[in-house]
Amino acid sequence: MGAETQLELTRTANEARDPVVIFEEVSIGFEGTPVLEDVSFHVDPGETRILLGPAGVGKSVLLKLANGLLRPDKGQIYLFGREIETIPEEELLQIRTRTGMVFQEGALFDSLTVRDNVGYQLMERHLPVTEIDQRVREALRFVELEHTYDMLPASLSGGMRRRVAIARAIIDQPDLLLYDSPTGGLDPVTSTTIIELVIKERDVYHTPSLLVTHRLQDAFTLCSHRYDKEAGHMVPLPHGQTDAKTSFLVLHAGKLIFDGSTEALVSSEDPFIKEFLA
Amino acid sequence: MPFALENLDGIAKRMILAMQEYSIFCWQAVANLFRSPHYWSDVMTQADLIGVGSIPIVVLTGFFTGGVLALQSAASLAQFGAQAYTGRFVSLSMIRELAPVLTGLMVSGRNASGMASELGSMIVTEQIDAMRALGTDPMKKLVTPRMLATVVTLFLLTIVSDTLGTAGGAVVAVFINNQNGTQYFNSAYQALVYWDVAQGLTKPIFFGFIIATVGCYFGMRTTGGTQGVGRATTQAVVVSSVLIIFSDFILSRALLWVASGF
Repeated sequence: MGAETQLELTRTANEARDPVVIFEEVSIGFEGTPVLEDVSFHVDPGETRILLGPAGVGKSVLLKLANGLLRPDKGQIYLFGREIETIPEEELLQIRTRTGMVFQEGALFDSLTVRDNVGYQLMERHLPVTEIDQRVREALRFVELEHTYDMLPASLSGGMRRRVAIARAIIDQPDLLLYDSPTGGLDPVTSTTIIELVIKERDVYHTPSLLVTHRLQDAFTLCSHRYDKEAGHMVPLPHGQTDAKTSFLVLHAGKLIFDGSTEALVSSEDPFIKEFLA
Repeated sequence: MPFALENLDGIAKRMILAMQEYSIFCWQAVANLFRSPHYWSDVMTQADLIGVGSIPIVVLTGFFTGGVLALQSAASLAQFGAQAYTGRFVSLSMIRELAPVLTGLMVSGRNASGMASELGSMIVTEQIDAMRALGTDPMKKLVTPRMLATVVTLFLLTIVSDTLGTAGGAVVAVFINNQNGTQYFNSAYQALVYWDVAQGLTKPIFFGFIIATVGCYFGMRTTGGTQGVGRATTQAVVVSSVLIIFSDFILSRALLWVASGF
């Protein structure tokens, strides 16, 4: 076995154990106004972390920091073991190809068809057209939107756009998924469809993820359900059980005020959390 | 510090910061020409949108500007019995000055605004962030192809405008001023030297660069939702038009200086 292969295997083994994302006392502000202050947490392999908080508290900012789309004013951020806040954009672009991000409104490219949107990353890598077609169809099948293959984003509904965005994020089997309010502004039925896809991704591919939401119902559906592969849909966990790999973070007034399990969250004595959950 | 001075201080700082940002932006756009990956298909798409799409306005502007030059100059030249020089007057004015500037202004109105609004919309709908999240550098994918396409197509559009302007002048000279067509073209051709053409075709290279970089710069720095997109579009057109006219003066001065042998 060559030294390089050995090194690569050691790196992969370390990555499988080490946290995928680490925030260490991260702060950021805009035009003199602090948005996040001394935020520290981590996302472990196979873990789903739900970031809760009221609108405008800095949840999306935190998600963009995790992907290097924004740079912090203070603190360290590690993504796949690399400290990302100081490395040049060129290197960050490479690291980002290992992540998948679902934006608040989908952020699909208006001028491209669903096929080109979903297969964008593969097209950038100049993969053979037949392989791109096949993988785009697989990803669209995962989100149950295969019939939209040739359509333009403008002709899709809000919920369909989010599902296409999920297909685009998962097509290259990322090592980390970042969901920015994937159900924001959607009706309850469509929201459940989206959350079911997040659960399916979590339970089928075990991709670590960080999900931002202010909708408690979605958050609790995530931790109280599992995906049943045979039935082809999500089913509730037995009464009183929650998914062990799904946990919570709560942001309030720029600070991370909670980091823990579902049980710890519901039994928290913090006045803000009690009011938020009420 | 008094309030007015404080305001002035703030404005000056913002202007210097904007100039610094624009310079870095331009440097990155040019440096990307020598860095992989290259998006040649995007260059071709933009060349089609910017170049081919601008042909109708450039044809009309060039033709009628040449026509009106012939119309106005013939009346003045007739006073000195020099109507035969109409061709010379039209071709020199068009090729050295009017075709590059007017083509630049027309393309700026059409495309700097288009670039600013397109990229601005992509910013406010997070498409640029999505592109970065997918591992693509928006400067390489969106800005450099637009810059290259605008520089090349504006050069070619200026040649179209030169040709159509001279033709427009000929139509007016022959059909309205009842001049001899051969005389017009002979005068137009004999007046021109190589340096006139070189001067007229150097300017669009700079103008094309200004149009694309200003349009993209304002687009990529859009803030404030749809209202911000509108603001960026207006700023792009105003700044690129003013810069074209200003740089035309500087370029003319510099090129005349070079032509005179320093």
